[in-house]
Amino acid sequence: MRCRRCRDEAVIEIRRNNTAYCKGCFLEVFRNQVVRAIDTWEMVGPRDRILVAVSGGKDSLALWDVLLAQGLQADGLYLGLGIGDYSDRSHQVTAAFAAERGATLVTVDLAATYGFDIPTAGRKGSRSTCAVCGLSKRYVFNAAAADGGYDVVATGHNLDDEAATLLGNTLRWNTDYIARQSPVLPAADGMVKKVKPLHRLSELETAAYAFLRGIDYVVEECPLVEGNTQLRYKEAMNAIEARSPGTKSQFFFGFLDRAMPLFTPEDRAEIVACQACGRSTTGMFCAFCRARAQILGERLAPPEDRQVREELADEVLPVELFEHAGGPAT
Amino acid sequence: MRVRLRNPDREVELDGGRPVRDVLRDLGVEADTVLVIRDGELITREAEVGQDDRLEIRPVISGGAAP
Repeated sequence: MRCRRCRDEAVIEIRRNNTAYCKGCFLEVFRNQVVRAIDTWEMVGPRDRILVAVSGGKDSLALWDVLLAQGLQADGLYLGLGIGDYSDRSHQVTAAFAAERGATLVTVDLAATYGFDIPTAGRKGSRSTCAVCGLSKRYVFNAAAADGGYDVVATGHNLDDEAATLLGNTLRWNTDYIARQSPVLPAADGMVKKVKPLHRLSELETAAYAFLRGIDYVVEECPLVEGNTQLRYKEAMNAIEARSPGTKSQFFFGFLDRAMPLFTPEDRAEIVACQACGRSTTGMFCAFCRARAQILGERLAPPEDRQVREELADEVLPVELFEHAGGPAT
Repeated sequence: MRVRLRNPDREVELDGGRPVRDVLRDLGVEADTVLVIRDGELITREAEVGQDDRLEIRPVISGGAAP
């Protein structure tokens, strides 16, 4: 099989485009697709500070590599999830990647900062392991970007991720989620802008790019992912794609071009500050603080309630008032 | 021909002297869901593999809460 551009021996075949590339041409085409996504969706400006959410996997490291190669100001953010050897290895490859390129890696450890790890969250919370992991990532990425003065958070979501998410939302007719499934989520109400520059590229392409660039990434799958719904949707789409190459990209790009404008996001309640952490939310407490309290077995209370309780605890109260305040009878 | 499969890691012995696509078909693996690596180089499904070759077949699908 020959490269479509230079006729050298091909190393990768892109069946959805009925084409194949040699190493050099593929790396160039890959980077061009990322640049095209960034330009088309006005993802980042030349002076923007970008925080790339990096997991140690092929997608996020490939993304970071391309952004750095483009001369953009891109720092990495690694979130330690506490998933044993898997997390240790993820942190190791991410730190090595940053060191080799002289890039800045910000590290947040979930247990050290927020008091729980993902295996514990999966056992003690009401959400699935993957759901609480996703919730934690979204919260920490936004918090770290806002506190660090970054303009944009970039994630390594690829075409397969986006097509599988769209399939899941369509099967359930989650019209509000469908309306919001864009490669760019603009900054709003304390939420930092989020972008997905790899959405034009398949998992095969991101893996091939990482391999051909000599990036040491974590090949192993997360040990907690078994039974994950997203994975089932990917398998279903891959079964269709094997018989009809191009279906996946037609589904997602057709959505972006023609269907997304037909869906309207529901009006959201007023954005207010979470009474526990101060980040943006629509209720008294944000979803992350509610999940965290449940995992830790804590009771969330507004600051004024907490202040009253602390003041009561500090005072020497008459016996009858102390009993009324919930203290032990003497 | 020795073939190393990943996730989970295991090794199998298969006949060489045929294109990669036939090897993948025997393994029940779709070509678009894996990288096929021989001697540190990516190869396509049309490439011929020999009896003495050693292949790595590396899945590209990842699940869970990306990234």
